[in-house]
Amino acid sequence: MDKSKAAAYWKANLNLIVSLLAIWALVSYVFGILLAPALNGIRLGGLPLGFWFAQQGSIYVFVILIFVYAARMQRVDEQFNVHE
Amino acid sequence: MSVETWTYIIVSITFAVYIYIGYWARVRDTQGFYVAGRGVHPIANGAATAADWMSAASFISMAGLISTLGYDGAVYLMGWTGGYVLLALLLAPYLRKFGKYTVPDFVGDRYYSQTARLIAAIAAIFISFVYVAGQVRGVGIVFSRFVGVDIATGVIIGVAVVGFFAIIGGMKGVTYTQVAQYVVLIIAYAIPAFAISSVLTGNPIPQMGFTFSDLMPKLNQIHQDLGFAAYTASTKPMIDVFCITMALMVGTAGLPHIIVRFYTVPNVKDARISAGWALLFIALLYTTAPALASFARYNLIQTLNGKSLEEVRAIPWVAKWEKTRLLQFTDKDGDGRITFAPGRAFNLKSGRPDFTSPNPASRNEVYFDNDIIVLSTPEVAGLAPWIIALVAAGGLAAAMSTASGLLLVVSSSVAHDIYYRLINPGASEAQRLLVGRVMIGVAVVIAAYFGVNPPGFVAQVVAFAFGLAASSFFPIIVLGIFDKRMNSQGAIAGMLTGLIFTTVMILLMKSDVLFGQAAPALPNWFGISAEGIGTVGMVLNFVVAWVVSRATAAPPETVQHMVEDLRIPRGAGAASAHD
Repeated sequence: MDKSKAAAYWKANLNLIVSLLAIWALVSYVFGILLAPALNGIRLGGLPLGFWFAQQGSIYVFVILIFVYAARMQRVDEQFNVHE
Repeated sequence: MSVETWTYIIVSITFAVYIYIGYWARVRDTQGFYVAGRGVHPIANGAATAADWMSAASFISMAGLISTLGYDGAVYLMGWTGGYVLLALLLAPYLRKFGKYTVPDFVGDRYYSQTARLIAAIAAIFISFVYVAGQVRGVGIVFSRFVGVDIATGVIIGVAVVGFFAIIGGMKGVTYTQVAQYVVLIIAYAIPAFAISSVLTGNPIPQMGFTFSDLMPKLNQIHQDLGFAAYTASTKPMIDVFCITMALMVGTAGLPHIIVRFYTVPNVKDARISAGWALLFIALLYTTAPALASFARYNLIQTLNGKSLEEVRAIPWVAKWEKTRLLQFTDKDGDGRITFAPGRAFNLKSGRPDFTSPNPASRNEVYFDNDIIVLSTPEVAGLAPWIIALVAAGGLAAAMSTASGLLLVVSSSVAHDIYYRLINPGASEAQRLLVGRVMIGVAVVIAAYFGVNPPGFVAQVVAFAFGLAASSFFPIIVLGIFDKRMNSQGAIAGMLTGLIFTTVMILLMKSDVLFGQAAPALPNWFGISAEGIGTVGMVLNFVVAWVVSRATAAPPETVQHMVEDLRIPRGAGAASAHD
């Protein structure tokens, strides 16, 4: 594989990682911790929203993020013909 | 039939299954012994990782801990799940492409340094031993609570079974028993949780009952009436919550017994998806635990507060757990009724409550051990004796699956990284396999010793395992993949800085329990506690590694090529044709 193609593949991977980790940090550190006291003014069912993110929501999002990464990277791998 | 008879039956059946699987999966070469021949299906690896990860503490103690901490319990929930996102995006696919046997393998090869390999091997052994002592103890405790044998006998039965399938089956035996253990533990956790959710919220799915019922508003109201902070509000400094969550996430991603699981799948694609399955399987328990925690807290207060002692002792589960001393009452105000209030009901004596000495500083008249939150759930929900027996089998499965994964890391660090890679590179396949098996035997005996004679600070040093994994392995593995310019000088300097800083800080902050001082030498560091200090160690590791690497020569051409190759998924199958 030539250098420029390898660099393009790596850049596509890094872009995906950065955007998914931004969501990862948003739901846990921002919604679940830093903004939790503010979000707790909103209710989801019987739970304050910040508390819900900290004890439920963030975990659901984590699971989704990994499956999204696996699926998207499989497509990128095929596009750059580096899949197995 | 009695609970005890049922427990004998169900525990015996599950143990027979584990032993049979271990025998069925017996291996004859090092590839089978260390990485299960790299033929594990990603879903099976996901289940095995989940069982590897969820320990006796996750199964028995975590819901109770959250129940006491309220919102602050989120540090464990997010911390012990969010690390899998880091693992899936930053580590697992590349380590699978690298395709060797252990974490020190990667550190030693990537940083072309036997010093780095040795530091990594010693860190892996230390982290795993710290962790395994608690697991082996957990096996003994579950045995003693459910079967009525003493803890030492329980420990010996448990390690004998783990030793059997780990020695003959290596990673392959451990993997497939972990799959079976996951099934046992998740069923054992789910059935009582479904039952109690139905009873208290009318919705059988705990996550739904937790979110969409009026239980939490009622619990917050009760907390307020009794003088507690609201269950859903934080009582720790935000910086500490932030740092503990980060240290646990990064520590999770840096734990060697978790990382090596991703060497066992056939290719890079499977390593990515397998992390997703692992987290999905873990999330089933980790989203149930906070629901269970709030249900149990609500139920405990409603059942006990303001009632007379005679009244509550007529409830069978109260009488049972009071007898085991996991639940104790005192009547400080002499009104014959139980008062729930903030603070300790009893004074502490060497870290344990002293039931002969009520604490006058608090109005609280109830002591309960966190473990009864999970252990008493089946009885509280009025379930059949065989389900209580199943919970015992689940607790044993959780403890044994984690112990076996950890023992394998200890064995591979000594037999592969130190013996084969550092001392005797000319060792034959048969010699290496023999040393690997013998090392598991040795590790099992040492772990059993610590299980029977636990150092008093086991619970305290778990902070060590995560703090050290966060501040040593995680940064240098990530840099090894994402920073081609990172060299051995940078990695060694970073790793040592992280390890030394974190160790010294934890020793200072835990000096009360570790060295018997009246108060810790350093209560916290800018509001960050011992549990969260690994985050600072990790940042220091990154910074020092980067600065030192830029001030020294670039790594050799071959290593830079190796990094380029790591980043391309194709060829992982070929990489597994290992030396």
